Amino acid sequence: MLKIRNLEAGYDKLKVLKGISLHVKSGEIVTIIGANGAGKTTLLNTIASLVKPRDGEIKLKDIDVTNSSPDRIVKNGCVLVPEGRQLYPSMTVKENLILGAYTLYRKKDKKSAAENLENIFTLFPVLKDRKTQLAGTLSGGEQQMVAIGRALMSGPDLLLMDEPSMGLAPLIVKDIFSIVKELRDRGKTILIVEQNAKAVLEIADRGYVMETGSLIMEGSSEDLLDNNDVKRAYLGRDYKNFTD
Amino acid sequence: MIFSKEYETMQREDLEQLQVERLQVTLNRVYRNVLFYKNQYDNKKIEISSIKSLKDLASLPFTSKEDLRESYPYEAFAVPLRDIVRIHSTSGTTGTPIVVGYTKNDLKIWSCLVARVLSAAGITGTDLVQIAFNYSQSTGGLGFHYGAEQIGASVIPASGEEVLKQIQIMKDYRSSALVSTPGYALHIVSILEEQGMDPQELNLSKGLFGSEPWSEKLRDEIESRLKIEAFDNYGLSEIMGPGVAFECDKHNGLHINEDHFIVEVINPQTLEVIPAGEEGEIVFTTITKEGFPLIRYRTGDISSIIEGPCECGRTTRRIKRVTGRTDDMIIVAGNNIFPSQIEALLFEIEGVEPHFQIILNREEGLDVIELKVEVSSNLFAFDEIRKVQSFQNKIQQHLITSLGLHAKISLIESRSLGRTKGEKVKRVLDLRKL
Repeated sequence: MLKIRNLEAGYDKLKVLKGISLHVKSGEIVTIIGANGAGKTTLLNTIASLVKPRDGEIKLKDIDVTNSSPDRIVKNGCVLVPEGRQLYPSMTVKENLILGAYTLYRKKDKKSAAENLENIFTLFPVLKDRKTQLAGTLSGGEQQMVAIGRALMSGPDLLLMDEPSMGLAPLIVKDIFSIVKELRDRGKTILIVEQNAKAVLEIADRGYVMETGSLIMEGSSEDLLDNNDVKRAYLGRDYKNFTD
Repeated sequence: MIFSKEYETMQREDLEQLQVERLQVTLNRVYRNVLFYKNQYDNKKIEISSIKSLKDLASLPFTSKEDLRESYPYEAFAVPLRDIVRIHSTSGTTGTPIVVGYTKNDLKIWSCLVARVLSAAGITGTDLVQIAFNYSQSTGGLGFHYGAEQIGASVIPASGEEVLKQIQIMKDYRSSALVSTPGYALHIVSILEEQGMDPQELNLSKGLFGSEPWSEKLRDEIESRLKIEAFDNYGLSEIMGPGVAFECDKHNGLHINEDHFIVEVINPQTLEVIPAGEEGEIVFTTITKEGFPLIRYRTGDISSIIEGPCECGRTTRRIKRVTGRTDDMIIVAGNNIFPSQIEALLFEIEGVEPHFQIILNREEGLDVIELKVEVSSNLFAFDEIRKVQSFQNKIQQHLITSLGLHAKISLIESRSLGRTKGEKVKRVLDLRKL
């Protein structure tokens, strides 16, 4: 589904991604974990073509999209669920959702858009109940559902999710992640960036660990959960000396 | 049977992507965690982010046995000691061992890779696997043990039991597969024949042999005399142990577990990478190991790469049977020994530069080693039998305690060893017919 080689990107003089290579197979949930400032968001934004890569190659479904544009990435079936939801708080839930189907409306494909909206309402019944409510009045978990729903409106194959658990209570995090699993069962492929390593590794198939712009670990979720470096850095354990 | 279909039959293109990812991750980690690599790359001004493809690997320096010996015991570990759950070691060139640490994940992966080796030989959960490798610091015994358990076979850790006991176990427990050195298999068959037993009475149908060089001729001999199918496998403790490369039932080269090890073949003189098909020294880079990752490790083993898919369905490249060494290391009954180790030992005892010759032979399938040592007449007269004997015993004991080597010692008069023009004694005389 997605293949990345030696990706480099940054802002002005700042080099954020220092040669990232990774892949996501169709039907997988793959996670990139890492601390604040590791470059995770930049990576997703670069895949979504919001940030221009300086070097490297991105292939989406075997098509080179390294120097594509955000709307073409969406048309190729890859949509970003951005960090912090980025909803329009003074617009209704339904209006927010419909914005996600702009590529369909441009093609005058209102039928698919309507179908997708119905599917989203079956996935998130609470949004159907609140479709006329203003997005800004929803709880954090519900807002995250709107953000995911909006991404699903164009009928993507690959979802890029940026910290969906951010600012949510543990119980709500669990709900959101079970929705991610549900999406996979419905045939979506998911690349998810997270600081909440433990929660995300429980639903992901594989993962990469990112540190200051480089990937320093890779493996099945099970192996990463067993790895002591991951435990120390992201699951809150510590050590001092080599022989400790 | 293919144990891990997803990885062993991967499209080459996908495999390459995986190898590049894992290589880069490994480089990022060794640069952060292993001072030896950090210094090496910093001194040579190598940016690890410049390694963008498998080809770029050739721009990195090698790791030698010597480097690892100097990092004794733990300098080359990439994780803190508390993350290590197993320690193996291997003999080095001058007696300092190379210490290899495994994390929990390393052991998990190792088990699965050995499971591939066993599955490729048709071993399944219903087999009884007799492991006749010494369970010790070296990796053969425990490596195969965990792999066989991984596929659910019944494992008999026969280890270093003496041969009659091995045969009794084989017969009474109805072992269906033997894991050992090829020499030991031949030894077993010799004793069987001596005892007037018919190998057909045994339940044995397969043998997995490795850890010393052998040949097609020896395979034929083992197969026909022991009435089994024999499989070659390759591994070395520094890299991991058994599970690096193995034969499938087509017996046409050894499949490398390329999703975990990147193989290169180099010209040992020019150190340049040479193309598939050409013979040279095998170099491995580990790309999933946590405890003891190695970048471009020179194995000293000589072989060549076979490209292209195998009839068995695996897409991994293969190496040919290892044909020799680039150094003077000799492998005796599965133990790696350097003549320099023996030299150092004799020097310690005699106090003068020793002249000696190692003579290797194979009797009833077993490696026999004889050590001829020149003794100067001023040390003692050869008619002082007791002195001669005690000196012989002393050398023998030293060889056992420091090298684990049981050798026959012959003391001979000074300058009685044949010398070439350069006044040098030929150190090793290998009379074994491999």
